[in-house]
Amino acid sequence: MGNMEVNQDTIAHLAKLSDFALTEDESVRLEADINGIVNYISQLDELDTTGVEPTYQVFEMENIWREDEILPQEADREALLGLAKEVKDNQIKVPKVL
Amino acid sequence: MKTASKDISAMTMVKEALTKAHQYQEQYHIFNYLNDTEAIRKAAEIDERIKRGENVGRLAGVPYALKDNFLSPEGETTASAHILEGFTSPVTATAVKRLEDEGAIMIGRTNLDAFAHGSSTENSYYGPTKNSKDLERVAGGSSGGSAVAVALGIVPFATGTDTGGSIRQPASFNGVYGLKPTYGTISRYGVVAMASSTDCVGFFTENPEDMDLLMKVTAGQDPNDMTTLPDFYDREEKFDDPIKKIGVIKDFDNEAVSPEIRACLSSEIEKLKAAGHEIVELNMPALKYALAAYYIITPAEVASNLSRHDGVRYGFRSENVQTLDELYNNTRNEGFMPENKRRIMIGNFVLSSGFYDAYYLKAAKARTLIIQEYEQAFEKCDLILTPVSPNPAFKLGEKVDNPVAMYLEDMMSVSLNLAGLPGLAIPVGETTNGLSLGLQLVGPRRSDQELINFAKRMRGDHESAEDEHVDLMGGND
Repeated sequence: MGNMEVNQDTIAHLAKLSDFALTEDESVRLEADINGIVNYISQLDELDTTGVEPTYQVFEMENIWREDEILPQEADREALLGLAKEVKDNQIKVPKVL
Repeated sequence: MKTASKDISAMTMVKEALTKAHQYQEQYHIFNYLNDTEAIRKAAEIDERIKRGENVGRLAGVPYALKDNFLSPEGETTASAHILEGFTSPVTATAVKRLEDEGAIMIGRTNLDAFAHGSSTENSYYGPTKNSKDLERVAGGSSGGSAVAVALGIVPFATGTDTGGSIRQPASFNGVYGLKPTYGTISRYGVVAMASSTDCVGFFTENPEDMDLLMKVTAGQDPNDMTTLPDFYDREEKFDDPIKKIGVIKDFDNEAVSPEIRACLSSEIEKLKAAGHEIVELNMPALKYALAAYYIITPAEVASNLSRHDGVRYGFRSENVQTLDELYNNTRNEGFMPENKRRIMIGNFVLSSGFYDAYYLKAAKARTLIIQEYEQAFEKCDLILTPVSPNPAFKLGEKVDNPVAMYLEDMMSVSLNLAGLPGLAIPVGETTNGLSLGLQLVGPRRSDQELINFAKRMRGDHESAEDEHVDLMGGND
Protein backbone atom coordinates (compact mmCIF):
# COMPACT_ATOMS: atom_id res chain seq x y z
CA MET A 1 0.00 0.00 0.00
CA GLY A 2 3.06 2.23 0.29
CA ASN A 3 2.90 3.03 -3.41
CA MET A 4 -0.71 4.17 -3.42
CA GLU A 5 -0.87 7.39 -5.43
CA VAL A 6 -3.82 9.72 -4.87
CA ASN A 7 -4.58 11.62 -8.09
CA GLN A 8 -7.37 13.91 -9.31
CA ASP A 9 -9.58 10.91 -10.11
CA THR A 10 -9.26 9.68 -6.53
CA ILE A 11 -10.07 13.17 -5.23
CA ALA A 12 -13.16 13.36 -7.45
CA HIS A 13 -14.29 9.95 -6.21
CA LEU A 14 -13.72 10.87 -2.54
CA ALA A 15 -15.50 14.20 -3.03
CA LYS A 16 -18.49 12.31 -4.38
CA LEU A 17 -18.47 9.90 -1.41
CA SER A 18 -18.18 12.89 0.93
CA ASP A 19 -20.81 15.09 -0.78
CA PHE A 20 -18.45 18.01 -1.39
CA ALA A 21 -18.73 20.38 -4.35
CA LEU A 22 -14.98 21.10 -4.36
CA THR A 23 -13.56 23.99 -6.33
CA GLU A 24 -10.68 23.29 -8.69
CA ASP A 25 -8.20 24.99 -6.36
CA GLU A 26 -9.42 22.92 -3.45
CA SER A 27 -9.05 19.70 -5.42
CA VAL A 28 -5.44 20.51 -6.29
CA ARG A 29 -4.65 21.37 -2.71
CA LEU A 30 -6.41 18.27 -1.34
CA GLU A 31 -4.52 16.01 -3.72
CA ALA A 32 -1.23 17.17 -2.19
CA ASP A 33 -2.55 17.07 1.40
CA ILE A 34 -4.12 13.64 1.10
CA ASN A 35 -1.05 12.21 -0.60
CA GLY A 36 1.03 13.46 2.34
CA ILE A 37 -1.35 11.93 4.87
CA VAL A 38 -1.67 8.62 3.03
CA ASN A 39 2.10 8.47 2.78
CA TYR A 40 2.33 8.95 6.56
CA ILE A 41 -0.33 6.42 7.54
CA SER A 42 1.16 3.86 5.15
CA GLN A 43 4.02 3.33 7.62
CA LEU A 44 1.66 0.87 9.34
CA ASP A 45 2.90 -1.50 6.62
CA GLU A 46 6.02 -2.04 8.73
CA LEU A 47 4.05 -3.40 11.68
CA ASP A 48 3.62 -7.18 11.78
CA THR A 49 -0.03 -7.90 12.59
CA THR A 50 -0.08 -11.56 11.61
CA GLY A 51 -2.63 -13.41 13.71
CA VAL A 52 -3.75 -10.24 15.56
CA GLU A 53 -7.48 -9.72 16.08
CA PRO A 54 -8.77 -6.21 15.25
CA THR A 55 -10.20 -3.90 17.95
CA TYR A 56 -13.08 -1.65 16.92
CA GLN A 57 -14.14 -0.35 20.29
CA VAL A 58 -12.88 -0.30 23.90
CA PHE A 59 -16.31 -0.42 25.38
CA GLU A 60 -15.79 -3.60 27.46
CA MET A 61 -19.46 -4.55 27.18
CA GLU A 62 -21.12 -7.12 24.98
CA ASN A 63 -24.60 -5.83 24.44
CA ILE A 64 -27.14 -3.78 26.32
CA TRP A 65 -30.86 -4.43 26.14
CA ARG A 66 -33.60 -2.13 27.20
CA GLU A 67 -37.36 -2.31 27.12
CA ASP A 68 -38.81 -1.17 23.81
CA GLU A 69 -40.81 1.69 25.23
CA ILE A 70 -41.09 5.35 24.37
CA LEU A 71 -39.63 7.52 27.12
CA PRO A 72 -40.31 11.22 27.48
CA GLN A 73 -37.84 13.24 25.34
CA GLU A 74 -36.46 16.70 25.99
CA ALA A 75 -37.20 17.99 22.52
CA ASP A 76 -40.64 17.64 20.94
CA ARG A 77 -41.50 17.66 17.24
CA GLU A 78 -42.14 21.38 17.17
CA ALA A 79 -38.75 22.21 18.70
CA LEU A 80 -36.96 19.95 16.23
CA LEU A 81 -38.83 21.22 13.18
CA GLY A 82 -38.09 24.74 14.39
CA LEU A 83 -34.39 24.11 13.69
CA ALA A 84 -34.91 23.64 9.94
CA LYS A 85 -34.63 26.51 7.45
CA GLU A 86 -37.97 25.86 5.74
CA VAL A 87 -40.96 23.93 7.09
CA LYS A 88 -44.35 23.33 5.46
CA ASP A 89 -47.20 21.27 6.94
CA ASN A 90 -44.97 19.77 9.63
CA GLN A 91 -42.41 18.71 7.03
CA ILE A 92 -38.98 20.04 6.13
CA LYS A 93 -38.88 21.62 2.71
CA VAL A 94 -36.00 20.91 0.31
CA PRO A 95 -35.48 21.61 -3.41
CA LYS A 96 -36.96 19.27 -5.99
CA VAL A 97 -35.52 15.75 -5.81
CA LEU A 98 -36.37 14.75 -9.39
CA MET B 1 -12.72 25.95 44.39
CA LYS B 2 -14.60 28.83 45.90
CA THR B 3 -18.39 28.37 46.02
CA ALA B 4 -21.14 30.89 46.75
CA SER B 5 -22.22 31.22 50.38
CA LYS B 6 -23.49 33.82 52.80
CA ASP B 7 -19.98 35.35 52.73
CA ILE B 8 -19.53 35.58 48.97
CA SER B 9 -22.43 35.84 46.55
CA ALA B 10 -22.80 33.96 43.28
CA MET B 11 -23.44 37.37 41.70
CA THR B 12 -20.00 38.64 42.78
CA MET B 13 -18.30 35.52 41.43
CA VAL B 14 -20.18 35.47 38.14
CA LYS B 15 -19.79 39.20 37.49
CA GLU B 16 -16.09 38.98 38.21
CA ALA B 17 -15.72 36.12 35.73
CA LEU B 18 -17.75 37.92 33.06
CA THR B 19 -15.76 41.11 33.52
CA LYS B 20 -12.49 39.24 33.03
CA ALA B 21 -13.92 37.33 30.07
CA HIS B 22 -14.88 40.56 28.31
CA GLN B 23 -11.50 42.12 29.15
CA TYR B 24 -9.46 39.27 27.68
CA GLN B 25 -11.75 38.46 24.75
CA GLU B 26 -10.37 40.94 22.21
CA GLN B 27 -6.74 39.94 22.67
CA TYR B 28 -7.06 36.19 23.19
CA HIS B 29 -10.32 35.32 21.41
CA ILE B 30 -11.36 32.70 23.95
CA PHE B 31 -15.15 32.65 23.61
CA ASN B 32 -17.60 32.10 20.75
CA TYR B 33 -20.43 33.32 22.95
CA LEU B 34 -20.70 35.13 26.29
CA ASN B 35 -23.68 34.19 28.41
CA ASP B 36 -24.10 37.47 30.37
CA THR B 37 -27.89 37.60 30.73
CA GLU B 38 -28.53 33.98 31.66
CA ALA B 39 -25.47 33.76 33.94
CA ILE B 40 -26.54 36.84 35.90
CA ARG B 41 -30.12 35.57 36.17
CA LYS B 42 -28.89 32.22 37.50
CA ALA B 43 -26.51 33.88 39.97
CA ALA B 44 -29.40 35.91 41.41
CA GLU B 45 -31.41 32.72 41.72
CA ILE B 46 -28.60 30.91 43.59
CA ASP B 47 -28.16 33.88 45.94
CA GLU B 48 -31.89 33.90 46.63
CA ARG B 49 -31.79 30.21 47.46
CA ILE B 50 -28.78 30.71 49.76
CA LYS B 51 -30.74 33.42 51.56
CA ARG B 52 -33.60 30.98 52.06
CA GLY B 53 -31.15 28.48 53.53
CA GLU B 54 -31.57 25.93 50.72
CA ASN B 55 -28.94 23.40 49.68
CA VAL B 56 -27.48 24.95 46.53
CA GLY B 57 -25.07 22.18 45.56
CA ARG B 58 -21.38 21.39 45.50
CA LEU B 59 -20.64 23.91 42.71
CA ALA B 60 -22.96 26.67 43.94
CA GLY B 61 -22.47 29.82 41.90
CA VAL B 62 -19.18 28.63 40.39
CA PRO B 63 -18.74 30.27 36.98
CA TYR B 64 -17.42 27.92 34.29
CA ALA B 65 -16.63 27.92 30.58
CA LEU B 66 -18.21 25.38 28.23
CA LYS B 67 -16.42 24.08 25.16
CA ASP B 68 -18.67 25.04 22.26
CA ASN B 69 -19.34 21.43 21.27
CA PHE B 70 -21.61 20.74 24.28
CA LEU B 71 -25.32 21.15 23.54
CA SER B 72 -27.49 23.41 25.69
CA PRO B 73 -30.14 26.01 24.90
CA GLU B 74 -27.87 28.84 26.17
CA GLY B 75 -26.31 30.32 23.04
CA GLU B 76 -25.80 28.63 19.69
CA THR B 77 -23.77 25.40 19.76
CA THR B 78 -21.46 25.94 16.79
CA ALA B 79 -18.52 23.53 17.39
CA SER B 80 -16.66 26.50 15.78
CA ALA B 81 -17.97 25.28 12.42
CA HIS B 82 -19.83 27.36 9.87
CA ILE B 83 -22.15 24.44 9.12
CA LEU B 84 -23.70 24.64 12.61
CA GLU B 85 -24.26 28.37 12.42
CA GLY B 86 -27.69 29.29 13.74
CA PHE B 87 -28.13 26.04 15.68
CA THR B 88 -29.54 26.54 19.17
CA SER B 89 -30.00 23.17 20.80
CA PRO B 90 -33.33 22.17 22.29
CA VAL B 91 -31.53 19.55 24.42
CA THR B 92 -28.91 19.80 27.16
CA ALA B 93 -25.85 17.56 27.43
CA THR B 94 -25.89 15.25 30.47
CA ALA B 95 -22.52 16.60 31.64
CA VAL B 96 -23.88 20.17 31.56
CA LYS B 97 -27.01 19.07 33.44
CA ARG B 98 -24.96 17.41 36.16
CA LEU B 99 -22.75 20.49 36.62
CA GLU B 100 -25.71 22.85 36.72
CA ASP B 101 -27.71 20.62 39.09
CA GLU B 102 -24.89 21.33 41.55
CA GLY B 103 -25.16 25.09 40.98
CA ALA B 104 -22.41 25.74 38.39
CA ILE B 105 -23.10 28.68 36.06
CA MET B 106 -21.94 28.75 32.41
CA ILE B 107 -20.50 32.16 31.55
CA GLY B 108 -19.45 31.43 27.98
CA ARG B 109 -18.91 28.95 25.17
CA THR B 110 -15.26 28.48 24.26
CA ASN B 111 -13.53 28.32 20.90
CA LEU B 112 -12.19 25.08 19.44
CA ASP B 113 -10.89 23.69 16.16
CA ALA B 114 -14.05 23.15 14.09
CA PHE B 115 -15.60 19.82 15.15
CA ALA B 116 -12.54 19.38 17.41
CA HIS B 117 -10.34 18.61 14.38
CA GLY B 118 -6.99 20.07 15.23
CA SER B 119 -4.21 20.64 17.75
CA SER B 120 -4.04 24.44 17.78
CA THR B 121 -7.59 25.96 17.67
CA GLU B 122 -6.52 27.55 14.37
CA ASN B 123 -9.07 25.45 12.46
CA SER B 124 -11.93 27.43 14.01
CA TYR B 125 -14.30 29.20 11.61
CA TYR B 126 -14.18 32.11 14.05
CA GLY B 127 -10.37 32.44 14.13
CA PRO B 128 -7.70 31.15 16.52
CA THR B 129 -7.46 31.48 20.30
CA LYS B 130 -4.11 32.85 21.51
CA ASN B 131 -1.82 31.16 24.03
CA SER B 132 -2.16 32.47 27.60
CA LYS B 133 1.63 32.91 27.92
CA ASP B 134 2.48 34.29 24.49
CA LEU B 135 0.05 36.02 22.11
CA GLU B 136 2.08 34.94 19.09
CA ARG B 137 1.62 31.27 19.88
CA VAL B 138 -1.23 28.78 19.64
CA ALA B 139 -3.48 27.87 22.54
CA GLY B 140 -3.23 24.21 21.59
CA GLY B 141 -6.29 22.27 20.64
CA SER B 142 -8.79 21.37 20.06
CA SER B 143 -10.09 22.68 23.41
CA GLY B 144 -7.91 25.83 23.21
CA GLY B 145 -10.50 28.31 24.44
CA SER B 146 -11.29 26.28 27.56
CA ALA B 147 -7.61 25.88 28.49
CA VAL B 148 -6.92 29.61 28.13
CA ALA B 149 -10.08 30.55 30.10
CA VAL B 150 -8.75 28.60 33.10
CA ALA B 151 -5.10 29.64 32.61
CA LEU B 152 -6.01 33.35 32.64
CA GLY B 153 -8.05 32.89 35.82
CA ILE B 154 -11.36 33.83 34.19
CA VAL B 155 -13.04 30.69 35.54
CA PRO B 156 -11.87 27.97 37.97
CA PHE B 157 -12.84 25.23 35.52
CA ALA B 158 -13.87 24.57 31.94
CA THR B 159 -15.17 21.54 30.06
CA GLY B 160 -13.32 19.88 27.20
CA THR B 161 -13.44 16.86 24.95
CA ASP B 162 -10.42 14.67 24.19
CA THR B 163 -10.43 12.42 21.14
CA GLY B 164 -6.67 12.28 20.64
CA GLY B 165 -5.22 14.84 23.07
CA SER B 166 -7.65 17.76 22.80
CA ILE B 167 -7.74 18.34 26.57
CA ARG B 168 -4.25 17.29 27.63
CA GLN B 169 -2.28 19.18 24.95
CA PRO B 170 -3.91 22.62 25.42
CA ALA B 171 -3.72 22.07 29.21
CA SER B 172 0.05 21.61 28.97
CA PHE B 173 0.41 24.52 26.49
CA ASN B 174 -1.19 26.81 29.10
CA GLY B 175 0.01 25.45 32.45
CA VAL B 176 -3.21 23.98 33.86
CA TYR B 177 -4.47 20.50 34.77
CA GLY B 178 -6.41 18.62 32.09
CA LEU B 179 -8.04 15.21 32.50
CA LYS B 180 -9.06 12.79 29.79
CA PRO B 181 -10.94 10.17 31.81
CA THR B 182 -11.22 6.43 31.13
CA TYR B 183 -13.32 5.87 27.99
CA GLY B 184 -16.98 5.76 29.05
CA THR B 185 -16.65 7.56 32.41
CA ILE B 186 -18.66 10.72 31.64
CA SER B 187 -21.74 10.70 29.42
CA ARG B 188 -21.34 12.06 25.89
CA TYR B 189 -25.06 12.56 25.43
CA GLY B 190 -25.45 16.03 23.95
CA VAL B 191 -21.82 16.39 22.86
CA VAL B 192 -21.05 16.91 19.16
CA ALA B 193 -19.56 13.59 18.07
CA MET B 194 -16.13 13.40 16.46
CA ALA B 195 -14.85 9.81 16.72
CA SER B 196 -17.17 7.66 18.79
CA SER B 197 -14.66 4.97 19.75
CA THR B 198 -12.26 7.50 21.34
CA ASP B 199 -14.23 10.69 22.26
CA CYS B 200 -14.17 11.52 26.00
CA VAL B 201 -15.58 14.39 28.06
CA GLY B 202 -13.18 15.89 30.62
CA PHE B 203 -12.09 19.10 32.36
CA PHE B 204 -9.50 21.81 32.81
CA THR B 205 -8.78 22.97 36.38
CA GLU B 206 -6.21 24.93 38.36
CA ASN B 207 -5.54 22.04 40.74
CA PRO B 208 -6.13 18.27 41.20
CA GLU B 209 -8.63 18.79 44.06
CA ASP B 210 -11.08 20.59 41.78
CA MET B 211 -10.66 17.86 39.17
CA ASP B 212 -11.63 15.26 41.75
CA LEU B 213 -14.77 17.22 42.68
CA LEU B 214 -15.83 17.63 39.03
CA MET B 215 -15.39 13.90 38.43
CA LYS B 216 -17.52 13.11 41.50
CA VAL B 217 -20.23 15.38 40.09
CA THR B 218 -20.22 14.22 36.46
CA ALA B 219 -18.91 10.62 36.24
CA GLY B 220 -21.37 7.78 36.00
CA GLN B 221 -23.77 5.81 33.90
CA ASP B 222 -26.35 7.63 31.79
CA PRO B 223 -29.32 5.87 30.18
CA ASN B 224 -28.96 8.34 27.28
CA ASP B 225 -25.42 7.16 26.51
CA MET B 226 -25.14 3.39 26.34
CA THR B 227 -21.34 3.62 26.17
CA THR B 228 -21.07 4.88 29.76
CA LEU B 229 -19.43 2.41 32.15
CA PRO B 230 -21.10 1.25 35.37
CA ASP B 231 -20.29 3.81 38.09
CA PHE B 232 -16.78 3.39 39.44
CA TYR B 233 -15.34 6.82 40.21
CA ASP B 234 -14.81 7.35 43.95
CA ARG B 235 -16.46 3.97 44.61
CA GLU B 236 -13.71 1.42 44.39
CA GLU B 237 -11.82 0.83 47.60
CA LYS B 238 -8.20 0.51 46.60
CA PHE B 239 -5.10 -0.02 48.63
CA ASP B 240 -3.32 3.21 47.91
CA ASP B 241 0.37 2.51 48.43
CA PRO B 242 2.15 5.86 48.81
CA ILE B 243 5.21 4.53 46.99
CA LYS B 244 4.60 3.89 43.30
CA LYS B 245 6.34 2.14 40.46
CA ILE B 246 6.40 4.73 37.71
CA GLY B 247 6.92 3.72 34.12
CA VAL B 248 8.89 5.81 31.64
CA ILE B 249 8.55 5.03 27.95
CA LYS B 250 12.01 4.72 26.41
CA ASP B 251 10.60 4.83 22.87
CA PHE B 252 9.76 8.55 23.35
CA ASP B 253 13.30 9.42 24.49
CA ASN B 254 14.64 10.56 21.12
CA GLU B 255 15.17 13.65 18.97
CA ALA B 256 11.52 13.70 17.83
CA VAL B 257 10.85 15.22 21.27
CA SER B 258 12.18 18.70 22.03
CA PRO B 259 15.16 18.96 24.43
CA GLU B 260 13.13 21.16 26.78
CA ILE B 261 10.42 18.54 27.20
CA ARG B 262 12.96 15.75 27.68
CA ALA B 263 14.82 17.80 30.28
CA CYS B 264 11.55 18.51 32.04
CA LEU B 265 10.72 14.79 32.17
CA SER B 266 14.20 13.92 33.49
CA SER B 267 13.96 16.49 36.22
CA GLU B 268 10.53 15.19 37.30
CA ILE B 269 11.92 11.65 37.35
CA GLU B 270 14.73 12.77 39.65
CA LYS B 271 12.22 14.39 41.99
CA LEU B 272 10.09 11.24 42.03
CA LYS B 273 13.14 9.11 42.80
CA ALA B 274 14.08 11.49 45.61
CA ALA B 275 10.56 11.09 47.00
CA GLY B 276 11.13 7.31 47.14
CA HIS B 277 9.28 6.13 44.04
CA GLU B 278 10.69 3.45 41.80
CA ILE B 279 11.27 4.21 38.11
CA VAL B 280 10.64 1.41 35.60
CA GLU B 281 11.85 1.71 32.02
CA LEU B 282 9.35 0.53 29.44
CA ASN B 283 9.91 -0.58 25.86
CA MET B 284 6.70 -0.11 23.88
CA PRO B 285 7.63 -0.44 20.18
CA ALA B 286 4.02 -0.50 18.86
CA LEU B 287 3.39 3.03 20.21
CA LYS B 288 5.41 4.37 17.29
CA TYR B 289 2.46 3.31 15.09
CA ALA B 290 -0.28 4.76 17.28
CA LEU B 291 -0.41 8.04 15.36
CA ALA B 292 -0.78 6.33 11.97
CA ALA B 293 -3.49 4.03 13.38
CA TYR B 294 -5.24 7.02 14.95
CA TYR B 295 -5.24 8.99 11.68
CA ILE B 296 -6.96 6.03 9.99
CA ILE B 297 -9.47 5.02 12.69
CA THR B 298 -10.69 8.47 13.74
CA PRO B 299 -11.13 9.92 10.21
CA ALA B 300 -13.19 6.80 9.39
CA GLU B 301 -15.45 7.57 12.35
CA VAL B 302 -15.43 11.29 11.54
CA ALA B 303 -16.60 10.62 7.97
CA SER B 304 -19.50 8.65 9.38
CA ASN B 305 -20.43 11.02 12.24
CA LEU B 306 -20.24 14.15 10.09
CA SER B 307 -22.42 12.74 7.32
CA ARG B 308 -25.44 13.98 9.32
CA HIS B 309 -24.58 17.62 8.51
CA ASP B 310 -26.47 18.07 5.27
CA GLY B 311 -28.16 21.46 5.52
CA VAL B 312 -31.61 19.91 5.78
CA ARG B 313 -32.58 19.66 9.44
CA TYR B 314 -30.53 22.31 11.26
CA GLY B 315 -27.64 24.72 10.97
CA PHE B 316 -26.33 26.42 7.86
CA ARG B 317 -27.90 25.84 4.42
CA SER B 318 -26.24 27.09 1.23
CA GLU B 319 -28.30 29.74 -0.57
CA ASN B 320 -26.89 28.83 -3.92
CA VAL B 321 -28.89 25.67 -4.78
CA GLN B 322 -31.37 24.40 -7.38
CA THR B 323 -31.47 20.66 -6.64
CA LEU B 324 -31.29 18.45 -3.57
CA ASP B 325 -27.81 17.23 -4.54
CA GLU B 326 -26.62 20.81 -4.77
CA LEU B 327 -28.17 21.48 -1.37
CA TYR B 328 -26.08 18.68 0.16
CA ASN B 329 -22.87 19.27 -1.76
CA ASN B 330 -22.78 23.08 -1.61
CA THR B 331 -23.83 23.24 2.03
CA ARG B 332 -21.15 20.76 3.03
CA ASN B 333 -18.48 22.35 0.89
CA GLU B 334 -19.20 25.86 2.15
CA GLY B 335 -19.91 24.74 5.74
CA PHE B 336 -16.86 22.61 6.57
CA MET B 337 -13.34 23.90 7.23
CA PRO B 338 -10.42 22.56 5.12
CA GLU B 339 -9.31 20.25 7.95
CA ASN B 340 -12.84 18.83 8.28
CA LYS B 341 -12.79 18.05 4.56
CA ARG B 342 -9.37 16.41 4.75
CA ARG B 343 -10.49 14.14 7.58
CA ILE B 344 -13.82 13.23 5.98
CA MET B 345 -12.09 12.39 2.70
CA ILE B 346 -9.32 10.37 4.40
CA GLY B 347 -12.05 8.52 6.31
CA ASN B 348 -13.90 7.70 3.13
CA PHE B 349 -10.61 6.70 1.52
CA VAL B 350 -9.60 4.19 4.23
CA LEU B 351 -13.10 2.72 4.32
CA SER B 352 -13.58 2.43 0.56
CA SER B 353 -13.51 -0.92 -1.18
CA GLY B 354 -10.03 -1.98 -2.12
CA PHE B 355 -8.41 -0.02 0.72
CA TYR B 356 -10.38 -1.20 3.75
CA ASP B 357 -8.14 -4.19 4.52
CA ALA B 358 -4.90 -2.32 3.90
CA TYR B 359 -5.78 0.68 6.05
CA TYR B 360 -8.79 0.41 8.34
CA LEU B 361 -8.45 -3.28 9.25
CA LYS B 362 -4.69 -2.92 9.62
CA ALA B 363 -5.16 0.03 11.98
CA ALA B 364 -7.73 -1.91 14.03
CA LYS B 365 -5.14 -4.65 14.46
CA ALA B 366 -2.45 -2.13 15.40
CA ARG B 367 -4.91 -0.86 18.01
CA THR B 368 -4.99 -4.34 19.58
CA LEU B 369 -1.18 -4.40 19.78
CA ILE B 370 -1.16 -0.96 21.43
CA ILE B 371 -3.73 -2.08 24.02
CA GLN B 372 -1.66 -5.21 24.73
CA GLU B 373 1.52 -3.15 25.19
CA TYR B 374 -0.19 -1.00 27.78
CA GLU B 375 -1.58 -4.08 29.55
CA GLN B 376 1.93 -5.53 29.73
CA ALA B 377 3.32 -2.18 30.90
CA PHE B 378 0.84 -2.02 33.79
CA GLU B 379 2.02 -5.42 34.97
CA LYS B 380 5.41 -3.78 35.57
CA CYS B 381 4.34 -0.37 36.88
CA ASP B 382 1.40 1.40 38.57
CA LEU B 383 1.35 4.42 36.31
CA ILE B 384 3.31 6.00 33.48
CA LEU B 385 4.78 9.49 33.28
CA THR B 386 5.28 10.74 29.73
CA PRO B 387 5.24 13.98 27.73
CA VAL B 388 1.88 15.12 26.35
CA SER B 389 3.31 16.59 23.16
CA PRO B 390 6.74 16.70 21.53
CA ASN B 391 6.99 20.52 21.67
CA PRO B 392 5.81 23.43 23.80
CA ALA B 393 3.28 25.81 22.19
CA PHE B 394 4.29 26.59 18.61
CA LYS B 395 3.81 29.83 16.65
CA LEU B 396 0.46 30.74 15.11
CA GLY B 397 0.54 29.80 11.42
CA GLU B 398 3.60 27.60 11.81
CA LYS B 399 1.89 24.26 11.11
CA VAL B 400 -1.63 25.11 9.98
CA ASP B 401 -0.88 24.55 6.28
CA ASN B 402 0.98 21.30 6.84
CA PRO B 403 -1.47 18.66 8.08
CA VAL B 404 1.15 15.97 8.73
CA ALA B 405 3.31 18.36 10.81
CA MET B 406 0.20 19.27 12.82
CA TYR B 407 -0.71 15.59 13.30
CA LEU B 408 2.80 14.83 14.61
CA GLU B 409 2.02 17.08 17.58
CA ASP B 410 -0.39 14.33 18.71
CA MET B 411 2.18 11.50 18.62
CA MET B 412 2.30 11.00 22.39
CA SER B 413 -1.33 11.65 23.25
CA VAL B 414 -3.38 9.50 20.85
CA SER B 415 -2.38 6.03 22.08
CA LEU B 416 -4.35 6.54 25.33
CA ASN B 417 -7.50 7.24 23.36
CA LEU B 418 -7.02 4.16 21.21
CA ALA B 419 -6.64 2.08 24.39
CA GLY B 420 -9.39 3.89 26.36
CA LEU B 421 -7.00 4.80 29.18
CA PRO B 422 -7.19 7.83 31.49
CA GLY B 423 -4.54 10.55 31.21
CA LEU B 424 -4.01 13.56 33.43
CA ALA B 425 -1.95 16.47 32.09
CA ILE B 426 -0.10 18.22 34.89
CA PRO B 427 1.76 21.54 34.69
CA VAL B 428 5.43 21.10 35.58
CA GLY B 429 7.22 24.31 34.78
CA GLU B 430 8.20 26.71 32.06
CA THR B 431 10.74 27.05 29.28
CA THR B 432 13.39 29.77 29.53
CA ASN B 433 11.14 32.06 27.48
CA GLY B 434 8.14 31.49 29.71
CA LEU B 435 6.14 28.87 27.80
CA SER B 436 4.27 26.26 29.83
CA LEU B 437 5.56 22.71 30.06
CA GLY B 438 3.35 19.77 30.92
CA LEU B 439 3.56 16.02 31.35
CA GLN B 440 0.86 13.39 31.59
CA LEU B 441 0.17 10.66 34.13
CA VAL B 442 -1.31 7.58 32.49
CA GLY B 443 -2.91 4.66 34.31
CA PRO B 444 -4.93 1.53 33.64
CA ARG B 445 -8.66 1.86 32.94
CA ARG B 446 -10.62 3.16 35.91
CA SER B 447 -7.50 4.52 37.66
CA ASP B 448 -8.68 8.12 37.17
CA GLN B 449 -8.89 8.93 40.85
CA GLU B 450 -5.49 7.38 41.54
CA LEU B 451 -3.96 9.65 38.88
CA ILE B 452 -5.56 12.68 40.52
CA ASN B 453 -4.37 11.57 43.96
CA PHE B 454 -0.86 11.04 42.65
CA ALA B 455 -0.87 14.50 41.07
CA LYS B 456 -1.80 15.95 44.47
CA ARG B 457 1.08 14.08 46.04
CA MET B 458 3.55 15.22 43.36
CA ARG B 459 2.57 18.82 43.96
CA GLY B 460 2.82 18.32 47.74
CA ASP B 461 6.30 16.79 47.43
CA HIS B 462 7.47 19.69 45.28
CA GLU B 463 6.05 22.27 47.63
CA SER B 464 7.76 20.70 50.64
CA ALA B 465 11.00 20.49 48.63
CA GLU B 466 10.65 24.21 47.87
CA ASP B 467 9.93 24.98 51.53
CA GLU B 468 13.13 23.19 52.50
CA HIS B 469 14.96 25.22 49.91
CA VAL B 470 13.57 28.44 51.35
CA ASP B 471 14.54 27.32 54.85
CA LEU B 472 18.10 26.71 53.78
CA MET B 473 18.30 30.08 52.13
CA GLY B 474 16.60 31.98 54.89
CA GLY B 475 18.31 30.55 57.94
CA ASN B 476 16.61 29.32 61.07
CA ASP B 477 13.98 31.91 61.87
